[in-house]
Amino acid sequence: MTQTLQRPMPVAERSVPKPRRRITGGGLLSVYTWLIMAWLMVPILVMIAFGFNDTKGRFNQRWQGFTFKWYGRLNEYPELTRALLLSLGIAVVSAIVSGALGTGIGYALGRYRFKGSNTLNGIMFSTISSPELIMGASLLTLFVSLNVGTGPATITIAHIMFSISFVATVVRARVITLDKSIEEAAADLGATPWTTFWKVTFPIILPAVFSGVLLAFALSIDDFVVTNFTAGTYETFPLWIWGSSRMGLPPQVNVMGTLIFAIGAVFAIITGIRGRRGSRRAG
Amino acid sequence: MNRVKRQLAPYLLILPGSLWLLLFFVVPMFTMLSLSLQEGDVVNGYRFTFHWQTYVDAMEDYRTQLIRSLIYGLIATVVLIVLAFPAAYWIAFYGGRRKSTYLFLLLLPFFVSFVLRTISWKQILADQGPVLSPLRDAGLVPDAFHLLGSPAAVIGGLVYNFLPFMVLPIYVALERIDPRVVEAARDLYANPALAFRKVVFPLALPGVFAGVLMTFVPTTADYVNSEVLGGPETTMIGQVIQKQYLVNSDYPTASALSFVLIAVLLIGVFAYARALGTEDVMKVAAR
Repeated sequence: MTQTLQRPMPVAERSVPKPRRRITGGGLLSVYTWLIMAWLMVPILVMIAFGFNDTKGRFNQRWQGFTFKWYGRLNEYPELTRALLLSLGIAVVSAIVSGALGTGIGYALGRYRFKGSNTLNGIMFSTISSPELIMGASLLTLFVSLNVGTGPATITIAHIMFSISFVATVVRARVITLDKSIEEAAADLGATPWTTFWKVTFPIILPAVFSGVLLAFALSIDDFVVTNFTAGTYETFPLWIWGSSRMGLPPQVNVMGTLIFAIGAVFAIITGIRGRRGSRRAG
Repeated sequence: MNRVKRQLAPYLLILPGSLWLLLFFVVPMFTMLSLSLQEGDVVNGYRFTFHWQTYVDAMEDYRTQLIRSLIYGLIATVVLIVLAFPAAYWIAFYGGRRKSTYLFLLLLPFFVSFVLRTISWKQILADQGPVLSPLRDAGLVPDAFHLLGSPAAVIGGLVYNFLPFMVLPIYVALERIDPRVVEAARDLYANPALAFRKVVFPLALPGVFAGVLMTFVPTTADYVNSEVLGGPETTMIGQVIQKQYLVNSDYPTASALSFVLIAVLLIGVFAYARALGTEDVMKVAAR
């Protein structure tokens, strides 16, 4: 453990040699930061560990020995499996739709100056910073006033709503840094604006669009608060966990959580590495 | 023709997305406001009567929970600044080439559902859990000592769940600081503490402000942590609102409480922005 704690120091020394001498306390701070990271991981590790717990009943609280059997018996609770599939379906639809709508907004805000852009920025800022409770509750009042029954459709509507601003923010950040001369070169070579967009601009902003879509997917599959208000009698994965936690969560929940965690982490690492390679090539 | 097309282009691009935000974010705020002033119930329907009494009654009944939420949110935010600043500082100034790896490690827990993480804490902090039972066996804490149900558990959960939202904005602000500025301060005979206080900290303030915005608002309005980790003595306003909407279906009261919460949060955020005294802070936060 101490080895991992001290390892980063030489790297820091190599890349920014001077400030290290000037700004004191780096050693203690590194220990502190690693402790924070370890603390953040504690409940995750507990969750992963108890997916391997050879527990007898549904109460998965005390360690009773190691087993792989829950990975084989993943589908033992049909409602749980159904909830996970519903979550996945909603997340896919929400990620695609909010990806498209958010890219439109992000591109427009990054590229053009137009009347109303400040208002749009303000609304986006409000959706990002307003509490989920308020967004979920207000949507429920809308659906109640319109006499619309809540279910998968209303959950998806809500998820798209809170994801659009995140996608737009990510895409706008990339569009702002775009080198306009590349597009002008395409236009000089006789490309129509339409061709220029699809052949030149879009491939450049594609990584940003992709990160936006991934973010929207993650936001949707993890969401509890807004979903709780817009789900009616339907249950997504987090809602099932919430509803069943009083009766004890079966180890299958830990296994599914572990699998989502592993897939998400691997995905993020791959995108991270690809992004770094891309930026190195560009720089 | 082409000019018109160019002028229309941004509007066509934003049209579907803005319409979505208008219909499902802006309009619902008004239906909620309207519902808070209506009288009636689910069975017989509602009539709009400018019924301000709902607000008066709601405040009388749930003032304690509202004030408690604000206190919890405030404490959690202060603890978050204290915990997050050193970590953000170390990553920004000592992270070197591995900065993004460290940030990734901070975000890693977010691949597990918020609800699942909080329930996992409940398991850890339980009376029979890995923290309390060895302490009790060793006689270090009395038998009647519980972690769950205490304000500390709720605030701890809030801090845990929102830490990255404080670290990231502070990191972004610190990362922009040119190390040479700090060196200049040192060359002008500022000791490390003074250089930090006069140079580094002021430059990091926009990040702290953004972090406060990203954490104070959601922690105050949270109901998951207090529901899972808290007890009857730690009920927060979010739990009340949630229950009024989803269990009691008392929509006017729930909507009135929601609006009081929004108003209080907005006042808090603007007062804080005023107290910091800079418009730059607002601008940076809005970016």
